[in-house]
Amino acid sequence: MLKNNSTSIEISRNNKNIYWKNTLFVIFDKGSTTIGLALLFIIMSIITTDFLSVDNLVNVMRQSAVLCIMAVAMTFIIITGGIDLSAGSQLAVSGVAVSGLIAAGVPIPLAILITIIIGGLIGLFMGTVISTQNIPPFIVTLAMLTILSGIAFVYTEGTPIVVSNALFREIGRGFIGPIPTAIVIMIIVAIIGHLLLSHTRFGRYVYTIGDNEEAARLCGINVKLVKTGVYAFGGAIMAIAGIVLASRLSSGSPNAGTGSELDAIAAVVLGGTNLFGGEGKISGTLMGVAIISILNNGLNLLNVSSYNQLMIKGVVILLAVWLNSIKARRKASV
Amino acid sequence: MNSPIIELKHITKSFSGVKALTDVSLTVHPGSVHALVGENGAGKSTLMKILTGAYSKSSGEIYYKGEKVENMDPKNSKKLGIHCIYQELNVANHLTVAENVFLGSQPVNKMGFIDWKQMNQAAKEIFASLQINLDPKQMAKDVSIAQKQMIEIARAISQDAKILIMDEPTSSLSERETEILLSLVTELKNKGVSILYISHRMDEIFKVCDTVTILRDGKYIKSLPMSEVKNVDTLVELMVNRKMESYFNKVDVPIGEPILKVQNLSKTGVLNDINFDLRTGEILGIAGLVGSGRTEIAQALFGMLKKDTGEILIDDKKVEIKGPSDAIKLGLGFVTENRKETGLVLKQTVRDNISLPNLRKYTNKLFINKTVEKKESEDYKKKLNIKARSIEQTISTLSGGNQQKAIISRWMIQEPRILILDEPCRGVDVGAKAEIFAQISKLAEQGVGIIMISSELAEIVGMSDRTIVMREGTIAGELEKDMITSDNILKLAFGGGISA
Repeated sequence: MLKNNSTSIEISRNNKNIYWKNTLFVIFDKGSTTIGLALLFIIMSIITTDFLSVDNLVNVMRQSAVLCIMAVAMTFIIITGGIDLSAGSQLAVSGVAVSGLIAAGVPIPLAILITIIIGGLIGLFMGTVISTQNIPPFIVTLAMLTILSGIAFVYTEGTPIVVSNALFREIGRGFIGPIPTAIVIMIIVAIIGHLLLSHTRFGRYVYTIGDNEEAARLCGINVKLVKTGVYAFGGAIMAIAGIVLASRLSSGSPNAGTGSELDAIAAVVLGGTNLFGGEGKISGTLMGVAIISILNNGLNLLNVSSYNQLMIKGVVILLAVWLNSIKARRKASV
Repeated sequence: MNSPIIELKHITKSFSGVKALTDVSLTVHPGSVHALVGENGAGKSTLMKILTGAYSKSSGEIYYKGEKVENMDPKNSKKLGIHCIYQELNVANHLTVAENVFLGSQPVNKMGFIDWKQMNQAAKEIFASLQINLDPKQMAKDVSIAQKQMIEIARAISQDAKILIMDEPTSSLSERETEILLSLVTELKNKGVSILYISHRMDEIFKVCDTVTILRDGKYIKSLPMSEVKNVDTLVELMVNRKMESYFNKVDVPIGEPILKVQNLSKTGVLNDINFDLRTGEILGIAGLVGSGRTEIAQALFGMLKKDTGEILIDDKKVEIKGPSDAIKLGLGFVTENRKETGLVLKQTVRDNISLPNLRKYTNKLFINKTVEKKESEDYKKKLNIKARSIEQTISTLSGGNQQKAIISRWMIQEPRILILDEPCRGVDVGAKAEIFAQISKLAEQGVGIIMISSELAEIVGMSDRTIVMREGTIAGELEKDMITSDNILKLAFGGGISA
């Protein structure tokens, strides 16, 4: 009788432990990105004197605008199970395109529109190759990375095209009311991205294709069209990022945006999007962008050398992906 | 009787406080075949995973040859000679058969390189001892599913397996392959290997098993020698705890006009001059061995397989079906045989899976009207009795039967005129089976023309109004209602009893 009692107590204690473990896990699972972001925010507020000020925070957001716009496009692409390694070069191409057009006297709105169309066409081309020729996105976009970069260099002959137009500079540096224009553009792109992804058929097909392409096809979904559409949409959005960047720099440089595709991919993955497709959210990506931007800003404020920053950023990304894989494994075993 | 090789006593396993197994006991003797039966979700896989060490038990004891096993982790389990052949086979396609047998333990020579000669020889010997007819040097991708299974069995034997767990080993095998597998099971038993045999197919259990343990809702019901089990019905009753009058609730309805006609359909090496028609309200069964062209007919109808010649007529009008979207527009629906690979979107919810082909219907200009979408999913969840906490539950967490119901709902919303079901009840538990067949019957009542492909003769006999039997890409024969018997189907499928 006594013995029985003690085992039952042990079991209930055991159950309690399991209960706590599970509760903690659920919190961790649902909000690991949020928790990471909050921790980073608190730590930066404590160890630096300048981080927690309105000016600095607005600055962080403004600097993150280009990355954020790119990451929204990248989220779509990664959810389909694809990747876009050429995003950085797309930024360069659209930057030199818009600058070149303005320098040639094309009115600014028209120059912007043409640039966005060029971006869309670049995406359309990549999407068509990927979906109709069955070449992995990794390879197609890797090739486009160098092709587009080459085009940007050839077009500019290696020197940036300076744009002195004050109106154009407003995009990257100006304000609408109290809010920087770049932030407004970023928010609009994020909202469009979210609405497309969660509230339209297109968005639902994006998830489905990333998870089970064959099931999508059997349900009558035009998989090739949706995939091509994702890259075309992505290209147009990347062009917007390129325009904002060119405006901020007041020039279109073939070097601009180099390597930024990796930051965009990192932000998407930090935001909990599955690198193998089928899962992800714009809200997660926004948090991923915030983590990378705050990290950049904080490390600058701490006077950490840019070389050390690279290492720290890499470690943070590895850590986040590792946590995600633990989550995935845990989910699979339950 | 000899002393048991493994004993599980009062095993309980809970996940986050939910009990998956309650007080389950199991005793396996050396050289015996022990069946483990129960509906999906009865706890068979959980019990199996505790034996292989994939899960750790919450309480209870495990004894190996009378000695208590303290920590049953995957390593320890292997050491004790416990091996499992899962439904999803673990074979590397780009390696040879012999390499697959010795995967991870390839014999090496003095230099540290793989000793191919010795490996091929050893594989040959194992195959010979099990009377398996397989060339060790063949690439694994070129062998059939049944042969891949044999590779896995040979691998287990090469690692000195004492206890072999087989999870639904025959679910994707043809009748003849099943026969071969069952004789292999007997062979293993004679060698002193104990086999834990998990299956939904009752006839197999009667053929090869010595003992049976029944689980229901994670609880142990009873173990008894097969000699004491009178017939299938006794076993099924123990499994579901309610009298199963029949799985099949086929209601005979007046059969209407032909809706679909297939004429001279051919595809080199796959289909040869296929002619048949389908009428409204009719359930047309397609029987035959796996690989006889049954699925290919469905694929050709649904635009997934390009035909060489032949015509498809709907309402006496010739139609061109270039892809699934054309087929859907013409009023066809297709429930495929591989739920996971071609049907489900596993990371998504029950609702997502139900509404997938129907999103156009819910879309108002640009945006999806989620209220309407949810309501319809909710309705079908109720209508088909899909057991899920809510329609927002991830579909991968549902049992096979409930997943299948979601897929059938998906097509029912389309209100198809022709519904093709390929193995509609594969890997579906007994209770859900009855519900699915009732739905199929109801659809026929509403005038839908139904094509049902199945390897289970009982399903064909129980459900179809008319049956065509396939053999090697041709229609071997057509059976009218009163001629549909297991005997007739098998005779046609095997070519009049004479194997080709």
